[in-house]
Amino acid sequence: MSLACENGILKYLFEKDGIRINFMEVCGTHTHAIARAGIKALLPDNIRLISGPGCPVCVTAQETIDAYLTLSERDDVIIATYGDMIRVPGSERGDNLARRRALGSRVAVVYSPVDAVDIAANNPDKTVVFLGVGFETTAPGTAASIGIAKERNVHNYCVYSMLKRVEPALRALLDSPDFDISGFIVPGHVAAIIGERGFDFLASEYKKPSVITGFEPEDIMGSIYSLIKQIRSGRAELENKYERLVKKEGNIAAIDAIEKYLYVRDDVWRGFSNISKAGFGIKEEYSDFDAEKRFDIKTVLKPAPAGCLCGEIIKGRKEPLDCRLFGCICTPEDPIGPCMVSGEGACSAAFKYRSLI
Amino acid sequence: MCLAVPFKIISIDGNDAVGEYEGIFRKIRVDFIKSLDIGDYVMVHAGFAIEKLDEKQALLDIEAFKELEEAFR
Repeated sequence: MSLACENGILKYLFEKDGIRINFMEVCGTHTHAIARAGIKALLPDNIRLISGPGCPVCVTAQETIDAYLTLSERDDVIIATYGDMIRVPGSERGDNLARRRALGSRVAVVYSPVDAVDIAANNPDKTVVFLGVGFETTAPGTAASIGIAKERNVHNYCVYSMLKRVEPALRALLDSPDFDISGFIVPGHVAAIIGERGFDFLASEYKKPSVITGFEPEDIMGSIYSLIKQIRSGRAELENKYERLVKKEGNIAAIDAIEKYLYVRDDVWRGFSNISKAGFGIKEEYSDFDAEKRFDIKTVLKPAPAGCLCGEIIKGRKEPLDCRLFGCICTPEDPIGPCMVSGEGACSAAFKYRSLI
Repeated sequence: MCLAVPFKIISIDGNDAVGEYEGIFRKIRVDFIKSLDIGDYVMVHAGFAIEKLDEKQALLDIEAFKELEEAFR
């Protein structure tokens, strides 16, 4: 997109009619792209971008975090995890996987669940527990890793599924009273898996203008422009502005992998409590690869850290700067809540790019 | 978590492939991609190709990534 065209969009945005418009970017990768490009600073005051429940690490319940921290104490276990999880705080101040590793736990950072299967193959005397955190984008690969481990006869590999489904959480938000969002910037890589049809409900049922969006600054500015055009013309449609990747039906082979290994279950999200059909568990026939079954993991409801607003920030009801802990008590070096830790967290974005927002 | 990077496919062996992005070579699983050829571009998330891109668009993405890296270095 040329600069002239961007200026054209900005001119259009500034020809405002004065009403306050809140758009929600659902994906944490969008949150960081928006912050990094300084997009909020480019928008007129009456157009606000609110971060939604799009950071999978952030929405993971405190009791789940405590459960895998406890699991890391076992001598016979190697925890394999994406780097995002390594410093997510447990209930006890200062507790996290990095600290556990320093104290002797075996914790490996991996790029892919297949790397975790390799670690298991190379360490037959240990059980590798892969922390399966993510949304529908991540679910197919996590699911497929079970098949890969089975095919390679790597039976000391299992997955602790924290996988979540975006649609039920968005419905929970939309059904809540005083939810004040006029349109959605729809996560492009979740849509690559579940397709345009996976987000049809936003416009068809809830009458919210919505745009499936890529991750370049130009993609995001273009989507904001499209959302405002819809609002001005009284339309509520789902537009796909990420057609270079997202198909109407999504990726059928990836959906097949999810359906083969995983089942839909109710799940607890930070800030929401239990949401119907909002998570994925591992199917009974693959229970050998299910860490919850293998280690009989039981979670105990834990309160959020005192003063931490992550739960409200995830729901778009508060912003990072509303939190009294932000930037003083809670920092990336010494985080209180997960939103400050994850590379997709709203507080992390607000702290890292604070001169641009 | 939903970050994905465009890789160019260098070699394919069943569901395993090698991809290249900016001089970095990585093993990629291509279980979810139909009819893949060497030279195709795929968007990769957590080691799995989640969808195929056409070359023209992939090159545009890579240029945009470079611009961002330069702008914020």
